Amino acid sequence: MTELKFIRGYPEYMLESIELVHRTRDRRRKEIPASMTMQEREDVLHIHPDYAPGGKRKIKAGPNRGDITPNELADLLEAWPRIDPGDIDLGNIDHDVDILIIGGGLAGTAAALLANDNGVPKEGILLTNKLRHGDSNSIMAQGGTQAADRPEDSPILHYLDALGGGHFTNKPDVLKAMVEDAPSVIRWLGELGAMFDRDEQGNFIELWGGGTSRKRMHSAKDYTGMEELRVLRDEFRSREIPVLEFYPAVELLTDRAGRVTGAILWNTETGQYKVVRAKATILATGGFGRLHIRGFPTTNHYGATADGIVLAYRAGAKLRDLDTVQYHPTGAAYPQQIIGLLITEKLRGMGAQVLNKRGEAFVYPLEPRDIEASAIIRECYEHENCIVTPTRMRAVWLDSPLIEEVSGKGSVERELPAMVRMYKRFGIDMRKDPILVFPTLHYQNGGVETDPKGHTNIEGLFVAGEISGGVHGKNRLIGNSTLDCMVFGRRAGTYAAQYVKEGVEPGELTLKHVEGYVELLKEAGIPPERKAPMLLPDYRGKTVLARMIDVL
Amino acid sequence: MSDEKSIMERIREANKAYTTGLDDEGIEHWVTIYLMGKAYKVPADLTIMQAIEYAGYQFIRGSGCRAGFCGACATVYRKKGDYKLHAALACQTRVEDGMYLVQIPFTPAEKASYNINKEVPDEQVLLKYYPEIARCVSCNTCTKACPQELQVMDYVQAALRGDLQKTAELSFDCIQCGLCALRCPAEICQYHVGQLARRMYGKYGLSEPPSPAQRIQEIEQGRYEDQFNRLMKMGRDELEKLYNEREKE
Repeated sequence: MTELKFIRGYPEYMLESIELVHRTRDRRRKEIPASMTMQEREDVLHIHPDYAPGGKRKIKAGPNRGDITPNELADLLEAWPRIDPGDIDLGNIDHDVDILIIGGGLAGTAAALLANDNGVPKEGILLTNKLRHGDSNSIMAQGGTQAADRPEDSPILHYLDALGGGHFTNKPDVLKAMVEDAPSVIRWLGELGAMFDRDEQGNFIELWGGGTSRKRMHSAKDYTGMEELRVLRDEFRSREIPVLEFYPAVELLTDRAGRVTGAILWNTETGQYKVVRAKATILATGGFGRLHIRGFPTTNHYGATADGIVLAYRAGAKLRDLDTVQYHPTGAAYPQQIIGLLITEKLRGMGAQVLNKRGEAFVYPLEPRDIEASAIIRECYEHENCIVTPTRMRAVWLDSPLIEEVSGKGSVERELPAMVRMYKRFGIDMRKDPILVFPTLHYQNGGVETDPKGHTNIEGLFVAGEISGGVHGKNRLIGNSTLDCMVFGRRAGTYAAQYVKEGVEPGELTLKHVEGYVELLKEAGIPPERKAPMLLPDYRGKTVLARMIDVL
Repeated sequence: MSDEKSIMERIREANKAYTTGLDDEGIEHWVTIYLMGKAYKVPADLTIMQAIEYAGYQFIRGSGCRAGFCGACATVYRKKGDYKLHAALACQTRVEDGMYLVQIPFTPAEKASYNINKEVPDEQVLLKYYPEIARCVSCNTCTKACPQELQVMDYVQAALRGDLQKTAELSFDCIQCGLCALRCPAEICQYHVGQLARRMYGKYGLSEPPSPAQRIQEIEQGRYEDQFNRLMKMGRDELEKLYNEREKE
């Protein structure tokens, strides 16, 4: 490889294409491509990683046996427990609580606050985290939170937008709950002191999102999830609700009636386990981005390894819509240090266009995410009108400087400080030059099925946030994930508190469901070497792994 | 038409280094870094975080969002021949030859407990919970340590004056990594001060827009129930038609 010469952060060979982007900008500003017809949408989807053959298989065991899911998730569902139930002393209870919450992103933190608001004393709550409290996909959410609160908008339109985006597969009762609670979530955050973007009159600045028919995205620059999370977490800490960090759940507990009655937690540093007995358990463990489905890079945080889904499934929870995966159309493709990271849809909402190497806008910038992603993959791999990066990734341009013309000078820095900062760290000024993007693995559309109270088909088990399935059907829209987390976090906390108050008493703690699941795995011929939950991804260098020995 | 399956395999191949860990094939440029004093030769193009993994570590602490939002990967380092102690986020900083570095696994910092519904948004509220801000000697070390390049000392000074708005605005992009607090000779926990200021300003300094309250009232009064009932009874064809015909603002 010859030494590359870099100009404004880009290798020299890309400059000709960058110039084409600059030169076509004025013309393009007035000629935005039309959005696709239903037929055109269907024609492009064949190249989406969800539709391209070879990525999925039928689940061999458990409640969803026979359902289709990505190979990487099937590998974890069809896997043996990490613990041997015989090794665990369930007679010695470390924490005896009303409500155990597993996972401290927006959903788990909201659940804790609402459980407390609804009469569960702080000592009756325990929130446990695999990493730190708040290390989550929530904190990385850039775009915003949808809520139909403007006079021009309505919950009906929000419902319809989400339903169309989800290919009409969303579960109606939970979707209605989400759109109806949305304005209350925004008011609640304001009462807790969250700072959403405002105009000069003090009204919310509400933005477009892909697939929405109204402007209804509430954002806090491009730090929306961070602002929401840190406000809720600060409130949680001020109330001194008990919390554990670096203590993932490695198995749920059940009683002989099949109710979920707590969990086994595991200290990632010392290896010691803890037994938690709980009258109600709320799983808010997030999604599966770090499984790198189909080998895609991901926007997700380090802990997004589908642990909660695996645990719930073993206890008999019903899953749904896990045959589809959301690939965000625009992940960073260059420079290599930020590959896969989210380039929020907000850029396209503010006027950025997606362009091929000739500077041509080849797709309407705000199609639903699966359509937009498919169009980009088609442009790169079928039409071959793409830029090839030094690491051999194919990518198209996102014309970020156009935002300055559409949304006003200075708008990029004002609205997208996190992204400007990130590119600047690697030598690129995204206000002046376009950036390179390619689809990236973003979201687990489906998950554990719930009712509008966040209750699963198992007594004592609630779920909230990305781990749950139904509300987004087979494809989620921007701004509905942070909303989902807070609506169903609040609901799960509220209804778990109500469930506890009804006087439920867990029976004797067991791991019978795990033993039962192992029998199913044996019948299905699953090799015992395959273990789950994954807990942590592994990115260690191959050279080191080849020479690693265990001597202690 | 090209074969979709082979396209997926080509995408997998192009991303392999970032999804499964690096092998040495084809890497031409290398640097040497020192992790807690031990030397490791690593590819020159990696972030500090990727380099630590390449060297053989699987993170338990020190890795969170990996995108510059969570503050889990606070790192300090010195370079050969340079007196300066640098602070950075491991996920957002490229390795350089001769870096001596260590990650900060945890920041001990006392966060005050308060009920913001009962607080008064006056000049005293920040001093009441964080009186140590009065110890600020304006040395600017916090500002120099901030990986977000915030004007930390300026917001501590604004906090001292009781200017909630300025403290909130200047601290808004804070990711709470804790590096400022660890470097502060006056032992201030700047990032907690900023958090209280933002919540106070968000709650009391910004007027409540009327829109959510009006909509919440409509929803509570059942204004949309009939429409929802109709929608929820519709078949897919009818819903599709409605969706396709809906007008954009």
